[in-house]
Amino acid sequence: MAEIQNYTMNFGPQHPAAHGVLRLVLELDGEVIQKADPHVGLLHRGTEKLAESKPYNQSIGYMDRLDYVSMMCNEHGYVLAIEKLLGITVPLRAQYIRVMFDEITRILNHLMWLGAHGLDIGAMTMFLYCFREREDLMDCYEAVSGTRMHATYYRPGGVYRDLPETMPKYQESKFRSTREVERLNSIRDGSLLDFIEAFTDKFPGCVDEYETLLTDNRIWKQRTVNIGVVTPERAMQLGFTGPMLRGSGVEWDLRKKQPYEVYDQIDFDIPVGVNGDCYDRYLVRVEEFRQSNRIIKQCVDWLRANPGPVMVDDHKVVAPTRVEMKDDMESLIHHFKLFTEGYCVPAGEAYAAVEHPKGEFGVYLVSDGANKPYRVKIRAPGFAHLSAMAEMVEGHMLADVVAVIGTQDIVFGEVDR
Amino acid sequence: MTDRYETLAARLDERFGEQITRVASNCGELTYEVGKDDLIEVATALRNEAEFGFEMLIDVCGVDYLSYGSDEWNTSSATGTGFSRGVEREPVILDEADEFDPKRFAVVYHLLSLQHNIRMRLRVYTGTENPPIVASVVDIWNGANWFEREVFDLFGILFRGHPDLRRILTDYGFIGHPFRKDFPLIGTVEVSYDAEKGRVAYQPVSIESRTLVPRVIRDDNRYSADLKDASDG
Repeated sequence: MAEIQNYTMNFGPQHPAAHGVLRLVLELDGEVIQKADPHVGLLHRGTEKLAESKPYNQSIGYMDRLDYVSMMCNEHGYVLAIEKLLGITVPLRAQYIRVMFDEITRILNHLMWLGAHGLDIGAMTMFLYCFREREDLMDCYEAVSGTRMHATYYRPGGVYRDLPETMPKYQESKFRSTREVERLNSIRDGSLLDFIEAFTDKFPGCVDEYETLLTDNRIWKQRTVNIGVVTPERAMQLGFTGPMLRGSGVEWDLRKKQPYEVYDQIDFDIPVGVNGDCYDRYLVRVEEFRQSNRIIKQCVDWLRANPGPVMVDDHKVVAPTRVEMKDDMESLIHHFKLFTEGYCVPAGEAYAAVEHPKGEFGVYLVSDGANKPYRVKIRAPGFAHLSAMAEMVEGHMLADVVAVIGTQDIVFGEVDR
Repeated sequence: MTDRYETLAARLDERFGEQITRVASNCGELTYEVGKDDLIEVATALRNEAEFGFEMLIDVCGVDYLSYGSDEWNTSSATGTGFSRGVEREPVILDEADEFDPKRFAVVYHLLSLQHNIRMRLRVYTGTENPPIVASVVDIWNGANWFEREVFDLFGILFRGHPDLRRILTDYGFIGHPFRKDFPLIGTVEVSYDAEKGRVAYQPVSIESRTLVPRVIRDDNRYSADLKDASDG
């Protein structure tokens, strides 16, 4: 009889299903995984160390680049920690804007996840569908911040500016015909809020489309049902948060349990799974699409009715406007000091967490009273999830590794930091 | 919110007594310091005893307090020269000391109780040992595995009883612990492709790092209690 031995296989880091730069060393018995050893850190940029060398505000841009598919939620965690130490309360309108953009970001993130996860395990069309809607939301980012991805829109004290009255429009080019431009611009005539409202009206229909393609799809179910099952006890033990925890049936969402900003004023539900497998986590995230859409709708209504400031009026932290600077000596000094030196944060430590699309994104800040943080620790949800990868894939087939990477919604920007 | 935290604090003081000391917080968070010998006992109790029920370890974080409270530019009086951008830094020597300041390295644990919806923070100083070492909490919270590997990688703090303490974030074959305060921001080696040798070559860094914005500590009187009371009244 032939002697059969386990063999070791290298997966990634250059592999399309590795979602970036994951290197997995797999020990296989035939096609069954005996042991998995993920190697991470290939995208380590030392964000936390860099943040120690810069005034507080200069690191907001680094936060976008952590989980680069849910940019504003990362910023949110960071500015919340600074605000907690400074002891400032953000104007109500800014809080609604933050909630609205957090939810836009959640949809952005889940669309990216659904598209990539689908693509990984054999549903090509999903990717095209998801990116169609993603494009519209990217335009919302562009309208408020000027960039499609790395927004740097949230600032300690509020948000950088109020929502714009006009949307950027497409122009005709050799790649875009007049008819195409007219079609694209027809929903961009009003303000940003009009555009977002039009999106929320349309989006539930899009989610229905995704569900028609996947929810009862035989192949989709074969690839996800009973794959990567995690019991609620294990999920807690392993430090899971977000959809990974809710997929296992634990009802835990920071937006409900420890509400920040105005989440306690808003009506929404928390979906939970039952079996804790990849399929349940898929269902949880799809329901989150609908709930996020509901939250955005409520924010749009409130923001229409309630104009107001979007930044605190405290020039020790927030720069004065350019108009004020023109004829006010003190404003000029404040502006100069803020941009050359920054503000000093009182000594102490704070931990602020947000319900990021992937789970609990926390920032632990230690300040010694200087204009730069003494230590910034970013608690990335993906890091905890990926550490459980070995346990989740053990005993599964090689092809299921891809399903598990997909269901964990791994993005290496935040895992490696 | 604060009431529940005070109740928990009272219970913690009663249960652990001398083993833990509370650290004051100015933003309503609960922080305790634990002696490193008591860590496992306290952590086990916090997880298993129903009145605490911290079933989740959210984060493990290393902190190096080497330069805590030091600034690069004294701002207490006006200067005629200002802060020069071309400041020459003292060459950094990696810490080879036999003994550390007892409060140099700390490991900070963030705990979360889902059933009581409450958070707390534990801090353990590693003491004077070089290399610093504390007991691993992997057996209490399995999720600590990678978090402790990360602290080991970045700070060089060892965890006794950790099943697989390898580097995690830095490159294969990396030397040093980059998040220590005496490790230069710019690193120690640079890497380039050597066309003659036909391979990637490492050499000591050739560029010097500059400080663009000096680190200053200003006593911002807005936060002093006396002034706050005066303006409120």
